Amino acid sequence: MSRAAQIALTTAALSFIFYMLLGLMPGDPIDLAIMADPRLTAEDAARLRTLHGLDQPLLTRYLAWAGAVLRGEFGFSRLFARPVAALLWPALLSTLALLGWAILIAAGLGVALGVLAALRPRAAPAVQGVALLAQAMPGFWLGIMLIVVFAVWLGWLPAGGAESWGALILPVATLAFGQMAAYARHAAAAMEAALREPWVRSARARGASEGRVAWHHALPNAAVPLLTLLGLDAGALVSGAVITETLFARPGMGKLIFDAIMGNDYNLALLALLVIALVTMLGGWGADLAQRALDPRLR
Amino acid sequence: MKFRIGLTLLALIAAAGLAAPWLGSEAFEPDLFNRYAAPSAAHWLGTDDLGRDVLARLFFGARVSLAVGLGAAMLAMVVGTAAGLLAAWSGGLADASVMRLADALLALPALPLLVVLSAIDPGVVGLPRGEAGADIIRIATILALFGWVGVARLVRAGALSVLAMDYVRSARALGVSESRLLWRHVLPALVPPVAVATALAVGGAILAESALSFLGLGIAPPAASWGNMLAGAQEAVFQAPLVALWPGLAILLAVLGCSLVADGLSRRP
Repeated sequence: MSRAAQIALTTAALSFIFYMLLGLMPGDPIDLAIMADPRLTAEDAARLRTLHGLDQPLLTRYLAWAGAVLRGEFGFSRLFARPVAALLWPALLSTLALLGWAILIAAGLGVALGVLAALRPRAAPAVQGVALLAQAMPGFWLGIMLIVVFAVWLGWLPAGGAESWGALILPVATLAFGQMAAYARHAAAAMEAALREPWVRSARARGASEGRVAWHHALPNAAVPLLTLLGLDAGALVSGAVITETLFARPGMGKLIFDAIMGNDYNLALLALLVIALVTMLGGWGADLAQRALDPRLR
Repeated sequence: MKFRIGLTLLALIAAAGLAAPWLGSEAFEPDLFNRYAAPSAAHWLGTDDLGRDVLARLFFGARVSLAVGLGAAMLAMVVGTAAGLLAAWSGGLADASVMRLADALLALPALPLLVVLSAIDPGVVGLPRGEAGADIIRIATILALFGWVGVARLVRAGALSVLAMDYVRSARALGVSESRLLWRHVLPALVPPVAVATALAVGGAILAESALSFLGLGIAPPAASWGNMLAGAQEAVFQAPLVALWPGLAILLAVLGCSLVADGLSRRP
């Protein structure tokens, strides 16, 4: 089965599972309407349930919903009283900006630390220590500590929101620090392995400088397996973004999903969950494709 | 060395959890005249937003973290080992379907899914609502739903190589039944990798529980969990910045302990 078909099938299966799970959440929209407006009578509630099809079995409702989505009708958000598509798009862009910067910094710093550990064995224990610490640290706690230091004590950066570029710094740092650990450890292992290869020895024998051997010969070969890591970690990265966004009150997908689920906004929650799962799977696929493009042996 | 440090950390946290009841009821009695008190002889780490002793709540939180971590990891270990063993032994359709399911679960962002699962009304699926004990079982089960994948992949890979070994083939040739073969000849060879994966799973579950409790979907207050203590502390980050320090440090040490134990286990002969 091709990867695209696999992703499409998983998305379809997930839409069904999510729909059923959301059906298990307490309270339907009419219950909420009754809570909001005590003048609604039992007859009104029954009439509204019939009007919106909520008296139908869950399966019938799912099929009707799936049909509408396939026709491109995404419906409205109950919580924000706006079309779902108009909410999803800016949130997705915000999350992608956060993820993009975090990956860039995590991979850059992590690879630099890993290369350092491989080239300078005396620095290796320190790099390992940092990696161990970064992996054990709960991201949201690091975020709170960064807020305490940079927003409360020093007052240099905002504690949340998304108004300025400065508001991006703390969330990106929070997300990148945890991800960096894996890159550092894998980069160190891959570099050490690459430096033992015969072609590195022959490059040295031809008189290439140590710097040239490291950057031009060993690193490009060590970088390919790191792309596997990027693909495998797509899910963890998106999970991290959810909690980072909630912590820093950034209007991204994570916060949208959280608010939608807490506010019983089924329609929004369902589509936002599907979009974020789809983005994650496409990210993993993209990393695989990039790996194939870079390494002819995998084709 | 690393193994001993990790084990010591976990033992200290377990001791803190066991000692929690002797600290009295300070952990659950609000004292609104004494909110955000600075550390003192009466309250070594100060008090939280309701004037409760932070240290006592940390000790009670240790119980929750360890219970969820161990519970989720044990469940993941049992399910993962069974699934991996089944996949490796039977091959064919069962193998393919177990592994495709594992791939799909790995490719998904776990936290948004955990948020959905935790938001389900436990009453609908026939579980008791709103008690701390029930919360622990619920969260551990949900975490194991994702945790079994890592164990299953390891066990499958290990079992495939063990099943091809000569001693297993000769046991088969001697007429040993398949169930006895798996139980007595294959499984013991897989104990080391499973132990490493389980130690890592404990740390992962402790982190995930704290994240869920932080979001308000895990262990509900007034029960103390390191995650929900952090949620309370975050709201007061401008009045009492240091209240947030301790629960996070506790999570860090617990997860670090698990990683060090796993690391030590994987290096043992």
